[in-house]
Amino acid sequence: MDKPRVAIFDFACCEGCQLQIVNLEEELLDVLSLVQPVEWREAISDQSDTYDIAIVEGSITRPGDEEKLRQIRSRAKVLVALGACATMGGVNKLKNNFTMEDVRREVYGKDGSMPHLDTAPTKALDEVVKVDLKIHGCPINNKEFAYILRCLALGKTPAIPNYPVCVECKMRGNVCRYEYNEICLGPVTRAGCDAKCPSAGFWCFGCRGYVDDPNVQAAREVMEHYGKTMEDLKGRLLLFNSKQEATENVK
Amino acid sequence: MSKTIDIHVHHITRVEGHGNIVLRASDGRIEKLEWQVPEAPRFFEAMVRGRSFEDIQTIVSRICGICSVTHSFSCIKAIEDAMGIVVSEQTDKIRMLLHYSEQLESHSLHVGYLVAPDLLGQKSVVPLVKSHPDVVKTVIKLHRTGNQWMEAIGGRMTHPVTIKPGGFASLPTEQYLRELKKTLEGIVPDLKALAEVVLSLAPKLPAFDRDTEYVALVDPTHYSFYHGGIGSTDTKDLTPVRKFESVVNEYVTAQSTAKWCKWHRDAFAVGSLARFNLNADLLLPLAAATAKKLGLKKGCCNPYMNNVAQVVESVQVVEHSLQIIDELLTKGIQPEVPKVQPREGEGAGAVEAPRGILFHRYAFDKKGHCIRANCCIPTNQNHANIQKDFEALVPQIIGRPQEEIRLLLEMLVRAYDPCISCSTHYLDVKFV
Repeated sequence: MDKPRVAIFDFACCEGCQLQIVNLEEELLDVLSLVQPVEWREAISDQSDTYDIAIVEGSITRPGDEEKLRQIRSRAKVLVALGACATMGGVNKLKNNFTMEDVRREVYGKDGSMPHLDTAPTKALDEVVKVDLKIHGCPINNKEFAYILRCLALGKTPAIPNYPVCVECKMRGNVCRYEYNEICLGPVTRAGCDAKCPSAGFWCFGCRGYVDDPNVQAAREVMEHYGKTMEDLKGRLLLFNSKQEATENVK
Repeated sequence: MSKTIDIHVHHITRVEGHGNIVLRASDGRIEKLEWQVPEAPRFFEAMVRGRSFEDIQTIVSRICGICSVTHSFSCIKAIEDAMGIVVSEQTDKIRMLLHYSEQLESHSLHVGYLVAPDLLGQKSVVPLVKSHPDVVKTVIKLHRTGNQWMEAIGGRMTHPVTIKPGGFASLPTEQYLRELKKTLEGIVPDLKALAEVVLSLAPKLPAFDRDTEYVALVDPTHYSFYHGGIGSTDTKDLTPVRKFESVVNEYVTAQSTAKWCKWHRDAFAVGSLARFNLNADLLLPLAAATAKKLGLKKGCCNPYMNNVAQVVESVQVVEHSLQIIDELLTKGIQPEVPKVQPREGEGAGAVEAPRGILFHRYAFDKKGHCIRANCCIPTNQNHANIQKDFEALVPQIIGRPQEEIRLLLEMLVRAYDPCISCSTHYLDVKFV
């Protein structure tokens, strides 16, 4: 069997997820031995027009980028969204809480109306093309990346956690962040990060997005129990989950 | 015979973010020569409006994956300035320690993974695994050390979570600091080995000098990455960080739609070489010896030597960290819980990113919600200087083969270690 040809691309993002791939160090060489890397601008000089697996980081924020993404989609058998910007828009979707005219004026002042500054509301990749697989997180968990790439190379379907961060947080024996009078998004956020943030003394800010069908009622009960409001919860949910379906459900 | 040169490097590789190099010349006459940046702007300054001071770091850390610790610190310092918060000496020291982990991580990534392939005639670090296994092993060890150190104190590799206004969400234990001390002592031989490699490759760095204004944070007590005022090689006085807009003077040019910066001249440079040129006298002994060994002298204005300065700084941050750890262990880690009462105000913060000085400014309302933000990123500040370097360099090398010219221009851009995703101000550029 030929090794699958893999290409990595990026749109509007911080490239922190690609950095996590580099951070695999020796394990990266091991993972790369299962595939044939053909394009990866951040790390190698080669460029290519054909590939089996396209791994795409970043959000779509300009019409021209939609076209580029469609071209990548048409050349790839499997398209993988890498990280929160790609899977759900991430922090880039905070922009969608304002008008585009307003954000342009705020950042560029009087130059904001110039045509080359045009920007569109942020889209996750699956709002433009079909996405076959999502690697969640901001940044991604690179162990999960290695696992998923190995699955793809071997033709297996990876298992992605579909339970809330609270499960992993409890397993690590942490005291609940609500006991510290904080707003934590663990109850509605997809696990798979090993609850790194609450384990370091910081609340979960929801970078892996919602679990499928989040238990909004349970979240409401937690908020009531600790004397918080749903407005408090929504304020923090906006960071990574602006304009997501479930954001609208949290009422 | 007429000779036409047409170089169009679309999305230069092995840099963070998207940039293009355009050169068109015939018979030695330059018709077009531009460094362009087509990175999609993300409008962070607009997006943070309305968000609580407690959430700003979480958002703006995402301006850049490779300098997320630096963005976090510029942000937190600006918030603390706005709200009149003074942190403890312990917090200050642990922050420096965390900040140094990013310098080591980023410098070793840049020198080892992104620049070394040029000097060793390869397209990426991957073939180097076979051709130069010892070099790769050293680089991996240094890079991993930086990352694990960052994760241990910052809570995560990339986008730290322990940095809060007023202090830390969780503190490193004394046990960890003792382990870190051992680890850092253990990589000193690797740093020396890296310096040897760079020494052997240094003759391949182009000899190109252009008199340049260098700008960096300056603190009289130590080689600064985190403290101090804004210094320049063109002036003796330091400018307070609160007045950073009067230093960067962002402007729009007719040639490029990206915002550029200038201070005393038509461009200035920030980054390792700038810090070295302003602070070299304050280097610790091993770092100073490394600079001497590598032939790096104060006043150097060869931009390619920025990579050499990065190696010197890698030694400096490890050497200084060992001092800081000793100081922390002597006093013992005291439990501290940051408590902040939000208040109305405006403040600015600056720290040195691996690739140069980074400024943030925020204004908050009574509840601590952000009403205005401004970030000025090092790559923005270097942008005009890269163009000026191009304009000085190309006439010197125009007679060489096109491929060689292309490589020298790419290497020049890489030498600045640009971090283009950082540049929230960058505009879309039409290509020729």
